[in-house]
Amino acid sequence: MADKPRILFCHCNYAKVVPEEVKAGVLKSLCKSGQAFEAVADLCEMAARRDPALKRLAAGEEPVKIAACYPRAVKWLFGGCQAPLNAAHTEVVNMRELSAVDAAAAMLDESVTPNLPEDGSVAAVEGEKKI
Amino acid sequence: MAIADETTLRVVLYEGEGAATLDAAERVSTLTTLLEKGYAVTCAGEGAVAPADDSALLVLGRFENGQAPEAEDANGKVAIRFRDIDGLDSEGITALVETERESSNAAQHGEWKPWFPVIDYDRCTNCMQCLSFCLFDVYGTDDDQGIQVQNNDNCKTNCPACSRVCPEAAIMFPKYKSGPINGDVVSDGELNREKMKIDISALLGGDVYQMLRDRSQRSRSRFSKERSSDKALGERTKCLTKLAAEADIDIPIEVLQSLPGADEIAQKAAAANARAQAVLDARQSG
Repeated sequence: MADKPRILFCHCNYAKVVPEEVKAGVLKSLCKSGQAFEAVADLCEMAARRDPALKRLAAGEEPVKIAACYPRAVKWLFGGCQAPLNAAHTEVVNMRELSAVDAAAAMLDESVTPNLPEDGSVAAVEGEKKI
Repeated sequence: MAIADETTLRVVLYEGEGAATLDAAERVSTLTTLLEKGYAVTCAGEGAVAPADDSALLVLGRFENGQAPEAEDANGKVAIRFRDIDGLDSEGITALVETERESSNAAQHGEWKPWFPVIDYDRCTNCMQCLSFCLFDVYGTDDDQGIQVQNNDNCKTNCPACSRVCPEAAIMFPKYKSGPINGDVVSDGELNREKMKIDISALLGGDVYQMLRDRSQRSRSRFSKERSSDKALGERTKCLTKLAAEADIDIPIEVLQSLPGADEIAQKAAAANARAQAVLDARQSG
């Protein structure tokens, strides 16, 4: 139980960059699961306000799973507010790229695959990259 | 009040001992409505949630006998309020929360689209290009002469221009449509592409405004006999729209239209450049 990840869901309120059906699907799955979780309206807005709640959300020794957008963006939304996430224990599930089913499954999977970028190295990207 | 000075009301949806359980559909609709209104909600359940801090808590639940308990923080630091939501639908719950928010002076949400640059400090080299480029004083430096975002609510919504002048692709706008500006990984190709785009800085600082001045001169003579502010505005809009499209700079036309006149831009650009140079000089001498 102690190693069960904490769950944080970002509703990305103020833009349509996360597909509505993905946000709704993930939220529905979390609500059905009976798991405790934190839901925030918009991590960007919290970062803009330098909301002290970001420190609360980043604190603690437990692994954390965050349903939001790109891991690099999430890392620095927290990092820019002096609320650094623990890279060794944090997995960001990207709702901009995943389907609702895949994102929900990733959030409810108790194993954590840390995926915050650890340095500024250029990613190895194969094939045509979308711009 | 600056946007950075505001705090959020933390709402807890309580379904533990002494309270009834909501069914999943109710939970979803309540949460969705509260999130859409900008609140942060803790759903109590199996497993851990984030630790408490000193911010106020509003605990909602369907409490036994409709009687919300009274409790206080053992350390006396956190204001805790319990409210019974029995018989309320999601709209009613939101109205209740809104009343509580107003009385707690917590932030009102949704008044500003959170569009501002997020710096990837893994990539940033503190070259100060962004500081010298931005005309709206979004950037500044900390005590150690490192770049930081200081006035994020000065940023022009949907304008990613500063991210395009960053030679290291270190500036993100998480709500931007595409990578790497949206925070997606940066590939070799994209890094080269970003470096090439530094020319936009020169374009915005020089050529574009020279073109505007030239065009303005031409239109001035054309409209000199029948000049009206509507026509002048129309001409400016047409010109800017064409330039934005031709240069492929992806700066919203509203932002281009809101720019000050060429002289003021030149002054602001010179001031921003001077600030950046001063920081670079200070770092070099330090």
